[in-house]
Amino acid sequence: MIEVRWHGRGGQGAVTSVELLAVSAIAAGKFAQGFPSFGPERRGAPVAAFTRVADKKINVRSGIYEPDVVLVLDSSLIGLINVTEGLKPDGKLIVNTPKSPEDIRKALDYKGTLALVDGTGIARKEMGVPIANTTMIGALLKVTGIMELDAMKEAIEHRFGRIAQKNLNAMKRAYDEIKIYN
Amino acid sequence: MGKRIGMEVAIAVAEAVGLCDIDMAAVYPITPQSHIAEHLSDLVANGEIDAEFVTVESEHSAMSAVIGASGAGARSFTATSSQGLMLMHELLPIASAMRLPICMAIANRAVSGPLNILNDHTDIMPQRDSGWISLFVENGQEAIDLSIQAFKIAEHKDVMLPVCVNIDGFQLTHMVEPFEMPSKEEVEKFLPPFVPHATLHPAKPVTMGAFAMSDYFTEIMKAKNEALKSSKKVILEVWDEWARLFGRAYKPVETYQAEDADVLMLTMGSMGETAQMAIDQLRAKGIKAGLVKLRLWRPFPLAEIKAVLKNVKKLIVTDRAISFGGPGGPVFSEIKSAMYAEARRPLIYNYIYGLGGRDVAVGEFVGMFDKVLADTKNEAADTYEFWGVRE
Amino acid sequence: MALKSWKELPIGCVVSDPGSASEYHTGSWRSQRPIWDNAKCIKCGICYVYCPEGCVQQTEDGFFKADLDYCKGCGICSHECWPRAIKMVEEE
Ligand code: SF4
Ligand code: SF4
Repeated sequence: MIEVRWHGRGGQGAVTSVELLAVSAIAAGKFAQGFPSFGPERRGAPVAAFTRVADKKINVRSGIYEPDVVLVLDSSLIGLINVTEGLKPDGKLIVNTPKSPEDIRKALDYKGTLALVDGTGIARKEMGVPIANTTMIGALLKVTGIMELDAMKEAIEHRFGRIAQKNLNAMKRAYDEIKIYN
Repeated sequence: MGKRIGMEVAIAVAEAVGLCDIDMAAVYPITPQSHIAEHLSDLVANGEIDAEFVTVESEHSAMSAVIGASGAGARSFTATSSQGLMLMHELLPIASAMRLPICMAIANRAVSGPLNILNDHTDIMPQRDSGWISLFVENGQEAIDLSIQAFKIAEHKDVMLPVCVNIDGFQLTHMVEPFEMPSKEEVEKFLPPFVPHATLHPAKPVTMGAFAMSDYFTEIMKAKNEALKSSKKVILEVWDEWARLFGRAYKPVETYQAEDADVLMLTMGSMGETAQMAIDQLRAKGIKAGLVKLRLWRPFPLAEIKAVLKNVKKLIVTDRAISFGGPGGPVFSEIKSAMYAEARRPLIYNYIYGLGGRDVAVGEFVGMFDKVLADTKNEAADTYEFWGVRE
Repeated sequence: MALKSWKELPIGCVVSDPGSASEYHTGSWRSQRPIWDNAKCIKCGICYVYCPEGCVQQTEDGFFKADLDYCKGCGICSHECWPRAIKMVEEE
C-alpha cells in the first residue's frame, strides 16, 4: 500500500486531485481511498488531502500519519507548515517549484529522495491558468509508478470535458519533466 | 457481480437512493450530509429521477414534509446530521407511531456544544427510543446496499416503520473508495412498488395521528414496540435475499475472529475496519482477540448478542457517545443489560472514544486490548473511561 | 363498547371511518347555552367563524344558531360577537 499526503491551499484543487486519482486507480483495478483532511473548507487556508492505493482491500480508516510520499502543491507552504512531518525515512518528497534541489533541501533540512518540477509553470503554458493540481498528478505517477498515465484519461475527461486534453497535456509534461534527486 | 467503481460515498448514497424510484425527497443540507442533498437535487433537476424535491427551511420541516408525503402514499426520503437530527427529534416518534416507512440517511456528526462538524455518534443516540429501525454501516459498499434495502424493509407489510441508515460523517461520506453499484434493473427487481397501509386521499378520507388518552395509550405503545421487535424477521429475510442476489451477506451482529476469542471488542460503524487490523496484529502476537460489529441498533439483536458473547471472558465495548452522568456509553449500558441475566457473561469494559472526529489509529485499538488484558484483577471491569483524554 | 386489545388496533391507529367525530356529542358538556338576539345581529358571521366546535349554523333568513347536540357552551361566540347579540344563559 502507498500512502500519499498532499499539501495545498483551499481552492488549489488538492481534494479534486485525490478524488481523480482514487477514481482512476479503482477503474484500473486497484483499491484506493481519496479523502480531504476533514473539517470546514476555507479558500486559501493550508489544506491536506490524502491518497491510499493498494492491490487488495484497504481496511484502515484512520488518518495518514507516516506517508510514503508527500506532494507539495504550493511551495509557499514550505516554512509555514512542516511538510515532511512523519514522512517515512525511505519516503519521497515531491514539490511543485522552479527552484533548485539545493534550495529546497536547505529550506527543509531534508536529505531523502526529492522530486521537483515547475508544475505551475507547465500549467500556465499548457492551460493558461496557474493551477497545478492535475499537472502534479503526472509528477506523482512518475515518482511512484502507482499506475500508467493513461489510466487518468477517463476520469479527467469526465471531470473537465472540453478542457480535459489541456489537463492531460500538462500532466504528461510534468510526468516527462520531473527530476528525481536521490 | 457488478463492476467496481470509485466514487465519493455521499454521492454514491444519493445515486443508490436515486435507483429506488422515490416519489419525493425533502432534504435540508448540513455538513457532512450536504453532498447527499446536493447530488439528489441534481438528479431530480436533471430529470434523471422522477421525484419531487421539496426545498425546506429546516430539518423540522424536512421531516414534517416526508411524514405528510409518506402519509399520502409517496416513497419518501430525507437525510440529515447532528443538529438537523436533533431538530427532527420531536417528529421521529410521530413518523414511527403513524407507521410511515420513511427512509433517512444520517451522516453521523457530533452534537453541539461546542460546535464541531466531525464524526461521532452523539446525534443518533438521543434518537434511540424514537421507534425507528436503526442500522449502522462501516464502509461505502454497506452504505449503498443498506440505503436500498432500507426501503424494502421499511415498506414490508409486516413492518411499516421508518428506517435510518447511520453513515459516519466525513470518515465515510467524504471518502472516495471502491464499491459495486447495483444496476437500475437489479434494484427494480429487488424493490417492489410501495403499497401503503393507508393513504391520505380526499376520495377516501382517513385520520392519521389521532388523539388517544390513557384508555388506549398503553395498547398503542405496546403495538408499536411489538412492530419494531418483529421487524427483525423481515430484516433477516431481506438480507438473505440480498446475499442471494448480490453476494453480499449482512447480519445483525457480525464477527471477526470471534469464535475462539478470549477477549472481544465491540464496535459500531466505520471504526470496525480499523479495529479489524488491530485484531490481525494481536493475533500475530498470539493473543486471542476478536471483534463484534453491531449493525442492527434497533430492533436490538438480543439473541444474537447473547450467542456471540456467551463464551468470552472479557469484552471491550467502544462507544462514540456518552450518557452524561449515567452508567457510561449507551452501547455499553445496553450490552450490560442484555448480558445481566446470563449465567455466563463476560467482564465488560467501556471506552468512550472517537468523539468530535478524534482519530483512532490501529495502535490505539491494540492499546485498548493491552490495557484490558493487563487488568488481571478485573478492577476496571464494569467501569468506563474516556480513551485518550488529556488529564 | 369494549376497549380493544393492542393486537386489534389498526396499523398506525389510522381512523378509517371519516367524520366519526360527529358521534361525539359535546353538547353534554354544556352548563351555559348561547341565546341569539337577532334584533342586534348584523349577520357578520363572526360567531360562525370562531365557534371551536363548528356548530354554529346559518339559517335561511341569514341569522345564526347553534346545534345544541354539539354546542359545549364555551361562550366564545358570545365573547366575539361585538354587537353583543349573543347572551350566555345558565342551563336549567
Ligand atoms: S357575531 Fe354576532 S352579529 Fe355577527 S353574525 Fe354572529 S350573532 Fe350576528
Ligand atoms: S358556546 Fe361555544 S360551542 Fe356553543 S355555539 Fe358558542 S362558540 Fe360554539
